[in-house]
Parts: sequence; structure tokens; C-alpha cells
Amino acid sequence: MPGYEMVVGLEVHVQLATKTKLFCACPTDGSAAPPNSRICPLCTGQPGTLPVLNRSAVELAFQTALALNCQIAPVSVFARKSYFYPDLPKAYQISQYERPFATDGWLELPAGEAPGKRIRIRRIHLEEDAGKLLHAAGSRELDCSWIDFNRGGVPLVEIVSEADLRSPEETASYLKTLKEIVQYIGASRCDMEKGEMRCDANISLRPAGSTVLGTRAEIKNLNSLRAVKDALAHEFQRQKQILDSGARVAQETRLWDPDRTATAAMRSKEEAEDYRYFPDPDLPPLAAGAAWVNELKAKLPELPAARRARLRKDFGLGATDAEVLTSQRALADYFEAAARGRRPPAAKTAANLIATELLARLNAESLAADCARINPAELGALADLVADGALSSRGAKTAFAAMWEGGGAAAEVVAALGLAQVSDDGQLRAWVAAALAANPQALADLKAGRSQALGALVGAAMKLSRGKANPELLNCIIRESARA
Amino acid sequence: MATAESGACVVARDVARGHISAEEVLTEHLRRIRAWEPKVKAFIRVMEGDALGAARAVDAKRGRGEKLGRLAGVPIAVKDNILVRGVETTCASRILQGHLASYDATVTQRLLAEDAVIIGKTNMDEFAMGSSTENSSCHATRNPWDTACVPGGSSGGSAAAVAAGLCALALGSDTGGSIRQPAAFCGVAGLKPSYGRVSRHGLVAYASSLDQVGPLARSVADAALALSVIAGSDPMDSTCAAQPVPDYLKELEAGVKGLRIGIPKEYFLPGLDPEVETAVRAAVEVLTGLGAEVRDISLPHTRYAVSSYYIVAPCEASSNLARFDGIRYGRHSPQARDLGEAYELARGEGFGPEVKRRIMLGTYALSSGYYEAYYATAQRARALIKADFAAAFQQVDLIATPTAPTAAFRLGEKTEDPVAMYLSDVFTIPSNMAGNASMSVPCGLTRSGLPIGLQLIADCFCENSLLRAAAAYECARPFPMLPEAPRA
Repeated sequence: MPGYEMVVGLEVHVQLATKTKLFCACPTDGSAAPPNSRICPLCTGQPGTLPVLNRSAVELAFQTALALNCQIAPVSVFARKSYFYPDLPKAYQISQYERPFATDGWLELPAGEAPGKRIRIRRIHLEEDAGKLLHAAGSRELDCSWIDFNRGGVPLVEIVSEADLRSPEETASYLKTLKEIVQYIGASRCDMEKGEMRCDANISLRPAGSTVLGTRAEIKNLNSLRAVKDALAHEFQRQKQILDSGARVAQETRLWDPDRTATAAMRSKEEAEDYRYFPDPDLPPLAAGAAWVNELKAKLPELPAARRARLRKDFGLGATDAEVLTSQRALADYFEAAARGRRPPAAKTAANLIATELLARLNAESLAADCARINPAELGALADLVADGALSSRGAKTAFAAMWEGGGAAAEVVAALGLAQVSDDGQLRAWVAAALAANPQALADLKAGRSQALGALVGAAMKLSRGKANPELLNCIIRESARA
Repeated sequence: MATAESGACVVARDVARGHISAEEVLTEHLRRIRAWEPKVKAFIRVMEGDALGAARAVDAKRGRGEKLGRLAGVPIAVKDNILVRGVETTCASRILQGHLASYDATVTQRLLAEDAVIIGKTNMDEFAMGSSTENSSCHATRNPWDTACVPGGSSGGSAAAVAAGLCALALGSDTGGSIRQPAAFCGVAGLKPSYGRVSRHGLVAYASSLDQVGPLARSVADAALALSVIAGSDPMDSTCAAQPVPDYLKELEAGVKGLRIGIPKEYFLPGLDPEVETAVRAAVEVLTGLGAEVRDISLPHTRYAVSSYYIVAPCEASSNLARFDGIRYGRHSPQARDLGEAYELARGEGFGPEVKRRIMLGTYALSSGYYEAYYATAQRARALIKADFAAAFQQVDLIATPTAPTAAFRLGEKTEDPVAMYLSDVFTIPSNMAGNASMSVPCGLTRSGLPIGLQLIADCFCENSLLRAAAAYECARPFPMLPEAPRA
């Protein structure tokens, strides 16, 4: 039985974070608004209306392409994609077909699955979203569908990769990286649950080692990283069974059903629609002048991969911390604000506090890092106390919790809660003397070279200090005493 | 003092000066409508009440001492594919019966901003597809010069209304000759502006890369005035050019002297009615006499114009008309049991035969596997036609041709033969394909008393040259106007 290799290409739709729709002035916040409250004659396809291209959508689209190392076409062309469906008010979608605005890019996978592998991006095009159908289920007589056009005309980019992905994990890593980049440059919020990022996958199998492509199936409705992984794993098994039985995989479109964790056939190649694409005569070709493109490129922020490398170099962070901190731009900004001007140990401590305590709080309260209830400078000050030995890491967690709940400066909170770690030599020696006096047997054991007795003595001294003694210093003083 | 014969310039001047009220002007036109309309049927809807309100508002404005606009009190008829907010806009199609426009077209806004009075919506071939105004789901319009004849189309209602003095001015739309050919048939001036000169926002699209709104008028000056008002860039139409708009009325005074006029041999071939040819050649003589310089030219790819037009226009139409699905507005069939039937019934019952013919043509030509052979080839032909004109306008300022190969034909004469009907636009289509400016001015009557049109074509955004030559000709050869009521 031959082993099979999975070959995957992704088509990812990303909703651009513009204030208004792609071809009219309606706001794009319609998903949270009452149905059909964000519509106008244009986005409901009234006769006589004409599309006018939204410049900021084009700029976000171009920046997305530039961040993905694409070539921006000097001239791209909008085309009409025709099909009848009630959520498509003009019965055509304005998209780009033969001449998309961007081609030939790539994205590099980060640490983890296939680190450093480049996934090529074939093309990116700009298009408008359709409306949303709501099916009212009821008795047969009441059975009907409602249309909400709030989403109709919202700007999307479709990012099409080459078939360079080889496993569900690699595909998920690609999607995650893509999402990070697009979020970083502020082109989209990419909230998959809200449909701001949607994904279709083309998958085929071939015998391991072969370079010929097998027949592919297109899987639609992959609306989470989990869905992508599960659907590909499932589809691999389905196609493998077909191939093992000697049959052929049909070229078709399949729909992922996350509840049944299965794909089901939607339509075959023969049933594929003829979209009758042709250039939209209502829109002049989109010219991307070099000056404009360069200006947009210059405005791009530092991208996650570059920032990750810089944070590791500048602050001596480990790979995992750097990865976590750069996963969201706001989180990395927060870290840099907290670590600015501090010594490497303090920066590392700050990174640790952010990656554990802060992230947990943000996630629990669904907050973005720029809405954190502790400002970065105070978190940095807290990290300084730990680095200076004035606060234990356990004390830092307690102080963090108190600061999150009640605010306040790090030093004040630590003082108010009596969390400061005692490093005063005289005080420490007094506690040690008392602990040794109370545990003569342990002292004797330690002197005889039974080092396990050290723990008991440190514990006793710590108890006397009510947990405030600096454990490292206690350790030294006790060892010193045993040698005397 | 202004009367229904006076036309837009005189009416606007006299209303602004208070020599006559807008209401009196309107009343006089309504009287003519009562006399002519039963025979001509130029309108789908006469907006008597709205117009009276608008006229009184203009008079009140004047009463308050406010400055009046350039079209003060001018009764204007608007083709039924141009939106007037709150007014039924059907494009003479059953599928849009009862559809109230939810906004004003840009051209409508501009007319109203100059204190014009919209008097009604005029009849047309359904969705502007036709050359005789017989393809209307409402009724056929008749030529006021001979009611047995068609007024031309598709802006036949607008042309007939202007000719019979039922309005001072009208707006039409021209995709392949739909302003100029009816203007020629009805003996009025009709101007198709350069593509991008006038906003298409609020014009129900037939073929987006060819459609332009333009004026029909009883004088060249009136057409110039109307163009001055409606032309100019529009943030709602990205194909509308940013070119500055001159005062076309002032430009008229420059006359025709020194203009070089080309006569393309491809427009004077067998099939051209000898009476039409004689009249057009005589008109060119008149222009020569006025100081124009005439020379023979060639537009060698003219013969591809009609066939490529009948690919490009139906392709765009098949897409533009796809939105009429009966779901959000327009005709909806309550009998439909599912989505497929809802589409089939709304469109099957809603569209007339010529519209269906062109939708099918376009759908076929855009289909996968046929696109290259039809649409792409037609676009290449279009580029050649454009290049012909570009070369010609290196040598001449204007091109003079007949507007149509014949004068108005009789009702029913061509309804059974679509291709014969299509050929009626053979001389007007090239200008749409090239996107340049062109107009028709009356240049005489046939022996049987039907008007003949002279077509002048100018390079893109050179409407002023057109208007100069047309005005000079009109001054030399004034064209008669029809009486107050039809002959019994």
C-alpha cells in the first residue's frame, strides 16, 4: 500500500477594515446592526446606480499584498462575476478576474511546523461581499428566507496560495501566520467567528514522492483553524479510501460540516457555473502608480517575523516568548513599552509576566492589549522589582493581580501588601540563627554533608520571615553557617 | 414674449425677467399636450400636478427676489429611463411597472437646481432597445410629422414631444443612436455627448460603456444650454470625466468659419436613400458657403460597427438587466413556487421580445468558450473604429454624415425584421463605439414631408465644434415648426 502525500492550496477571504463599503458610502458595521439598516440604492442593486471605488479599501488591499511580498499590478481590472442568487442584488459580483491587483507573493512559516518554509501566493484580488440569507424555519407555509444586505458590498480581498501546503498542521500554520500579518498591518480584524476571515481549501492526494498533481476537491466553509485541520484530515482519509479502492477522486466542491465532522458533496465539475466574467464597464481600470505604492509600502509597520527576530536580539527573549508576544501587534507594542529602557533581566521578567499573567487576564475579559488595566510602564516597574531581588516571582503574581483589580503603582502595591522581599543581611542572619538553634539535628546533618537537610533549614528560616526572606540569600547564609 | 414655440433659452430669459410666469409657460405646453398627445402618445406619464407645483415654486422664488436658474420655468420632458425621485420609472418595461425611483438621477438634480419644470416621462423602446419606440410595453409613439410613421427610437417619446412643442426641451439617452436617429426623424436637434461628458448616475443602464444622456431641442442654442447644465464630473459616476465644462451657449457665436469638415465615403453607399443623400450634401454645401473647409476622408472600419455593437451592447445589457429578478423591486410573480420559478416568471413575463433577444445574445456571447470569439473580437473591432476616428480628427475638426439612411419609416414596417431595424442605426453606432460627440440637426424635408437629419461628429469633448457648426447651419437654413395642433 503506497503512502500518500497531501497537496493543499488555500483561498482565503479577508474582510478589509474600512469604515465604508467598497463601492458606496454605507458603513461596514452592519453585522452588529439591525438587518438592512446599512444599505443604500447601490448596495441593494437599484436601477441607475453606479459603483465608485473606495480608496482606503484599495490602500488596505495593496498593503496586504505588499506585506505578503506580492507584485502590485500597475493596472488591474474589475470584472463582473454573474450568477443569480437572492443575496447578490445586481446578479453579478464585482471582483477581479484576468487582471488581479497583486500576484507572485510568498509567506514564510514561523517556528513550529515546517519552520522557514515559503508558501507562494499566486494572486490577490479585491471584491465585494454578498448579502446574507436568513432562513426562517417554520411550518411549510411560513417557510421563507429573509435577506440582510448590510454585508452586501463590504470589501474583501481573496488571497490565493499555490498548492504548496503538505499537511493539516502546515496549512493551519500558514493561515495563522497570514492572519497575524493581516492583523498587524491593520488591514482586517480577521475575526473568523464573525466571518471576517473565511477559508476554502483545494486538496488532492498523490503517492509520496510523485510530482504529478492528483484530482482535487474544493472544500468550503472552513471557518476556524480547527475546521481547517479537521476537514483536511478527514478529506485525506476520504480520498485515500477512494484511491486505495482503485477508484478515482471526483473533481467537485464539498462543504465542511463541523457538527458532523464530515464533508459532503455540493456540486460536481459538470454542474460548475459559468460566471460569464467580463470587465466591468462602470469602473475604469485601477492604476497603481509607483509613487503611491511606495508610499503605502513605507507606511507598513514592522511585520511579525521581523519583530520576533528583533525582540529576541534586543531583549534576549526565548523563541516561545517572542512568538507569543508578537502574535498580536498590540501585545508586542505593550511589551516594548514595558521593557523600554530596562535591563535584560527585567525585560525578560516583563515578557514572562505579559505572556502568562497579562495574556490570561486579557483573554478572560476579551480585551485587546491596548485596553489592559495595567499600563506598560507599571508592569515594567514591577519587573524591575523582581530583577532587583526586591520581589519574588510569586509576590509579583500577587502584586499583578492587585494592580489589575485595583490599579496603583507597582512599588506602592508591593509595599501596601507587604510583598517586598527581605534581603537585609542582618535581618536574614537573625532568622537563620533562630532556625539553626531550633533545628540542631538538621544542622548536624548538613555539617555531616547530608545536603538534603538544607531544605528543611531554609524552610524553617523562611517560616520565621513569614515568607518574605530572599530565598537565595537565605541559602547562602545557611551554607556559610554550616561550614563555620 | 415666450410661447410654447419659443424654446428653452427664450423661456428661461423671459421667466427670469418676469415677462411671463413659469405657470403660464407650463399651461401653454399642457394645452399643446391636450391637442397633440392623443395622436402622438409621446409620454408614458404627464406629470401635470407635480409640474404645476414646480412652476409655482419657480414663480414664488422670483417673487421673493431670488436669482433664478438657467432653466427657469423651462418645461422639460425626461425619458423614462432617467430617474426622477418619487416618480414611476419603468423604462417602458412591464418588469418595472409601479417602480418608484428612490433618488434623482444626477442629470435630474442638475435640471432641478436650475429651476427647470419636469413636465413628464417620455415613451421609449423598452430599456432603450430599439429604433422606433414600437418596443414599448406601454404603447407605440407616433411621429408628429406623419402619425403613420415612427418617431424613431429609442428616445422617440422625447423627440416627438419636442417636435410637437409639448415641452421646451427633453432629455434622451443614446447608446447606438437613440437620441440622434429620433431627432432626425422628428426634425429636432439631438446631441449625444462624448462618453464621460454627462453623468450616467440615475440613468437605467442598457450598455454601460456606450450610454450617454443628452438633450433634444428645437434649436441648437437650446441643446447647448441644456448641455451646459447637465455636463460635468460627478462623484457618483467613475466614468464621468473631470473635463471642465465650457459655456456652450457662448461658444456658438464663434461660427463655422475655419472649421475643417470631413465627408467619409463609407457613409454614402448604396442603401442610402437618395433624398437623404441630396439633403445632406446640400447641407454640407451650405456649411462650405459659411466658411467651412470640406474634404473627403475615410473611416475604413465603419463596416464592423453594427456587428460589433450587437455583441458589445447585448453583452453589457445581459449583465445590466440581470438585477431585474423580481426580488427586491419590480414585477414579482405570486405563482412562483420556488426560487427558479420566481426568476423565470418575473423575467419571462416582465421582459418584451427584443429585450429577451438581446439578453440571450449577450449571455451566449459571454459564455465560457465563446467569449474570445465574440466579446473579445468585438472589442478589437471597437478599437479599430476608435483608431479610424482618431486618425480622421488629425485632419478635420468635424465629420458630416446622414444621421440615418432613410427618413422615418412606417409603423410596423420593420418590426418583423430585427436586422433591418438594427441597420437604421448604421450611421450613428460608430460614434458610440468610439465614445466621441455627435449630433443631428434637421436639414430639410423629404417630398412626402418627413424631416431629414444631418449628423455632425466631433472628437471627444469637442462638443463646442459640433454646436458651432450646427448653429451656423440652423441660422442659414431655419427649420419649420409644427402647428399648435395636429392637422385634422
